[in-house]
Amino acid sequence: MRTAFVQQLVEEASHNEKVFLLVADLGFNVVEPFAQKFPNRFLNVGIAEQNMAGIAAGLAKEGFIPFMYSIGNFPTLRCMEQIRYDICYHKLNVNIVAVGGGYAYGPLGASHHTTEEIGMLRTIPNICVCAPSDPVESRKITGMAVEDASPFYIRLGKNGEPVIHTADVRLQKGTPLLLKDGKQIAVLAMGSVAMDSLDFVKRNNLSAAVYSLPIIKPMEKESLLALFKQYEKIITIEEHQASAGFGSAILECMNDLQEGKRLEKAPMVKRIAIPDTFTYIAGSSTFLKEKNHVTLKKEYFDTIT
Amino acid sequence: MRNNIDYRGFARLVRIETLKMIYKAKASHIGGAFSMVDLLAVLYNGILVADAANPDNPQRDRLLLSKGHACTSLYATLALKGFFPIEELATYGQDNSRLMSHANHKVPGVELSTGSLGHALSIACGIAVAAKTKSERWKTYCLLSDGELDEGSNWESILFAAHHCLNNVVAIVDYNKIQAFGRTNEVINLESLCDKFLAFGWNPTEIDGHDYRQIEQAFLTKTSKPMVIIAHTTKGKGIDFMENSLLWHYRSPDQAQFEEALKQLS
Repeated sequence: MRTAFVQQLVEEASHNEKVFLLVADLGFNVVEPFAQKFPNRFLNVGIAEQNMAGIAAGLAKEGFIPFMYSIGNFPTLRCMEQIRYDICYHKLNVNIVAVGGGYAYGPLGASHHTTEEIGMLRTIPNICVCAPSDPVESRKITGMAVEDASPFYIRLGKNGEPVIHTADVRLQKGTPLLLKDGKQIAVLAMGSVAMDSLDFVKRNNLSAAVYSLPIIKPMEKESLLALFKQYEKIITIEEHQASAGFGSAILECMNDLQEGKRLEKAPMVKRIAIPDTFTYIAGSSTFLKEKNHVTLKKEYFDTIT
Repeated sequence: MRNNIDYRGFARLVRIETLKMIYKAKASHIGGAFSMVDLLAVLYNGILVADAANPDNPQRDRLLLSKGHACTSLYATLALKGFFPIEELATYGQDNSRLMSHANHKVPGVELSTGSLGHALSIACGIAVAAKTKSERWKTYCLLSDGELDEGSNWESILFAAHHCLNNVVAIVDYNKIQAFGRTNEVINLESLCDKFLAFGWNPTEIDGHDYRQIEQAFLTKTSKPMVIIAHTTKGKGIDFMENSLLWHYRSPDQAQFEEALKQLS
């Protein structure tokens, strides 16, 4: 996904001289294609994320479209106040990109597990929060972030994620993308666990539908309403803490629709997310997802009550 | 001094308006608002390219008030310069007023909302990079408090500005030497501040922040490095019972104190 992001950013920068890339001394062997092609619009600010966020705000204030890139929690949690106040409060077109969403950097430990940032960012007004599931979505969202004047957060996986979307996708804020048609049960996935989910459903010959929802905020209530009416059960899955994350956002949306009398009968919701825990052992991404229950299980599809 | 500008007269008016705002709103931070008034007087009358009729003029100099809690004297300055009607100052801190108690970018002439310390210098660096990239000649000024230099984020941007030779950035430290819990050298000692900036690759100048000639001269200095003006100031400057007193970081004047302060300024 990160390669797809950089390729798209190079493409955007080729016809838009406002696009600027900032890194905080991370992205070695990733960002070079941009840095070499646009040396005047690339800066390594050093290991200083708060400063990077401020610099990005300043650049955006003067009309540039900066992307600030780092890994894990560094471009978000480390500079959350700058994101909230300098970027989002001023509605500046700063786009924050984090590589290594969820447990992508599994063996590196909890410092690198990016498992709370969606919840934090989702509560901040004006920002669009995204977690693409494959290189195609990654490219689309990058392009959208350039065009759209609001700040964006883009959570990427690591690299080598397979392409899920074989055809072109029409991406809209908060709208689910159908990966596999199905009935009764729909799996809604945020980020790279979409591929895990699709594999699982196919491998087990399940009749459930699978959707990717790469833009978590803002949610598009109308398209979700159609989905809530269509299925009897929704399974949400995310590589994120259960609190305030993707599943929570779906539940909030559902509740708003019910309260507004748009939705008469809400489907049952099973949330799959990290159960309020840190990890104190080494492990690959796959191992950690398994250990922390961020995986689908056949029993979730057995009965509908 | 240039053109015999009446900095003193302007500063007096700013202090009067600031006093009135803080008294009416029963607000805090008069000490830090008063310590920077003479700096603002010189900036807005002799230094900055600022256009009240067109506050967003692309060719303007940018001034970021990092010490957003001291915004009253900036609001007063901007109103006196015609950025918005002076009568509006009476709404300061009232319900539904854009004149909130920390700098608000919705107020004409205010570049940036501030209030959380240690943010603006990074943004100033970003603005300065933008100016350099576009080969623009205007400058970015950032007015900081001394206490806020405790924030590590400032030192990230101080490193950055020097590394990239951002000589279009001018930082001004309103060094009144009192922060929320006491004197800066008792809370977290900044000394030697000048040596620190020098070691970080900046061009520091120390001045008396109430001496108009020194202030003006400092701003007119040409530099190949980012410049910092360390302005030694007096908290609460202009009102004898407020000067150099921690109390006036917080306190709002009562009626008697207001009248006495007004008398001293008039």
